[in-house]
Amino acid sequence: MSEPATFAFDAESEVKITKILAKYPSGRQASAVLPLLDLAQRQMGRLTGSAWVPRVAMDVIAARLGMAPIRVYEVATFYFMFNTKPIGKYHLQVCTTTPCWLRGSDEVTAACRRATGIKGWRETSEDELFTMTEVECLGACVNAPILQVDDDFYEDMDAAKTEALIEALRRGEKPKPGSMAGRQGSAPEGGPTTLLDVPAE
Amino acid sequence: MLSDKDRIFTNLYGQHDWRVAGARRRGDWDGTAAIMARGREAIVEEMKASGLRGRGGAGFPTGMKWSFMPKEIGPRPHYLVVNADESEPGTCKDRDILRYDPHKLVEGCLLASFAMGAHACYIYVRGEFYNEALHLQAAIDEAYEAGLIGRNACGSGWDFDLYVHRGAGAYICGEETALIESLEGKKGMPRLKPPFPAAVGLYGCPTTVNNVESIAVAPTILRRGAAWFSALGRPKNTGTKLFCISGHVNKPCNVEEELGIPMRELIERYAGGVRGGWDNLLGVIPGGSSVPVLPKSICDDVMMDFDSLRDVKSGLGTAAVIVMDKSTDIIRAVARLSQFYKHESCGQCTPCREGTGWMMRVMNRLVEGRAEPEEIDTLEQVTKQVEGHTICALGDAAAWPIQGLIRHFRPVIEERIAAYKAGHRMAAE
Repeated sequence: MSEPATFAFDAESEVKITKILAKYPSGRQASAVLPLLDLAQRQMGRLTGSAWVPRVAMDVIAARLGMAPIRVYEVATFYFMFNTKPIGKYHLQVCTTTPCWLRGSDEVTAACRRATGIKGWRETSEDELFTMTEVECLGACVNAPILQVDDDFYEDMDAAKTEALIEALRRGEKPKPGSMAGRQGSAPEGGPTTLLDVPAE
Repeated sequence: MLSDKDRIFTNLYGQHDWRVAGARRRGDWDGTAAIMARGREAIVEEMKASGLRGRGGAGFPTGMKWSFMPKEIGPRPHYLVVNADESEPGTCKDRDILRYDPHKLVEGCLLASFAMGAHACYIYVRGEFYNEALHLQAAIDEAYEAGLIGRNACGSGWDFDLYVHRGAGAYICGEETALIESLEGKKGMPRLKPPFPAAVGLYGCPTTVNNVESIAVAPTILRRGAAWFSALGRPKNTGTKLFCISGHVNKPCNVEEELGIPMRELIERYAGGVRGGWDNLLGVIPGGSSVPVLPKSICDDVMMDFDSLRDVKSGLGTAAVIVMDKSTDIIRAVARLSQFYKHESCGQCTPCREGTGWMMRVMNRLVEGRAEPEEIDTLEQVTKQVEGHTICALGDAAAWPIQGLIRHFRPVIEERIAAYKAGHRMAAE
């Protein structure tokens, strides 16, 4: 996929833009630049199957918010979550920071490679289904290792669970996110050892 | 040991309904208007008396921070900004508040904003917490509908608006002035201080930035009283705290406990102990990746609070306890943190922009042992030249893990270098 010639927010996005702009005081609409870049990326994902922000979308956002285009470009390239190049249908984001590494993120990475055929970070599989990105700490460390697929965290992963997850995605299924070991949130395995004395509701 | 009746986050694991009905059954939104009727100053004084220290890492007294806001509301509006950009490696406590106890945060935002004369508050949630932000937004919508916030919030006569703003993947935005820049629609580059945000913050207006946990505990402190809170924990390190125990333990988890709990007890009682037993412990990073690692000898009897950990040249930070057993390549564990800081440096200050990359490259060579023994001292000197020479604390945070490694595990590095040299000598022969 190459850079599209034009970009316009569709009706679904416009409803959201109205709500977003209402959050900030008048004259401060530049505050909406992160939400609008996010919205553009989501719209691209929804309409084309590849969630990224083309340069023309940045120009549309600049015009909408009364910002110089360069100010939008520098924001779009500063923040890691904006994809400035097309990506696959599913974005596999492997956390490899120390807490995940201690719990086996190397095996998760290797399993992603095996199951998708992707060789290196930021690459997309030949079938354009998967892009694999190395990400920094996702903030779910007691459920490490974490594999984030698009917006969802798959936790307590290992190699087998990673391969099974990718095969399910390939079949068009979206398994329920959260702990893949059946844990309740951040409670220890086997169930909470505190908060047992809280009145029943 | 803390009993359940003194725990603040009673839905920490999402066992119960996180919506407003469930939150009310757990005691949230109980008598909020009566608390506000005590007046702004009384609330700030109560928070000061509780001894609460900021839960975002620095441990600055929350009540005192609130008191820095101008007493009179001038022509510029006041803002409260809540830092939910939780990104410090090892830390995952605010996530549980956002997804399972969002009403504690929403109510705290109202009370804190009222105390500081703010009619508007923004909660800056890290971009990756998409589902968590949805819970938070749902809780805010419920609170508006129930008249708990919005016009005449809780019937108090105070108008209050609360907004969620999502970030987009930048650790540096957890630094309060970078967060403000980001909220204004710019790159997250920290501002020089002074002026401090309480004078010139968001949109140039008086602003206070607080961590999620600091704000979410405020309603309970105000309901149960400063005396209750300050009776928990240790002097100057009062109250309860969410701990995140990750790494090589049998049962990683989050748990709320009193400050001052011995590290060993925390790990053994709640996280099922170190993998292979306590004697298999190599070291612990006690407060998120930015604080120096501690060897087992210190972990044996150190207490988990701000001052105890400072006394052993580490820190409580965010109370994210990263446990490493004897199978750990400690050099690689720290080198990966160096890669983290290199990735997350905003690039504004030269010592950090250049230093984080330089330190990472040396650390990567040390993982292999491909270095000269003298380079350990050079590396330590460079960390000292980065530390304290940047606008924000990211430079310090990049330096400290390496300093901790050299302080406590220097022989491991030296052995690695010797082994590499021996291997290459044999290969050459």
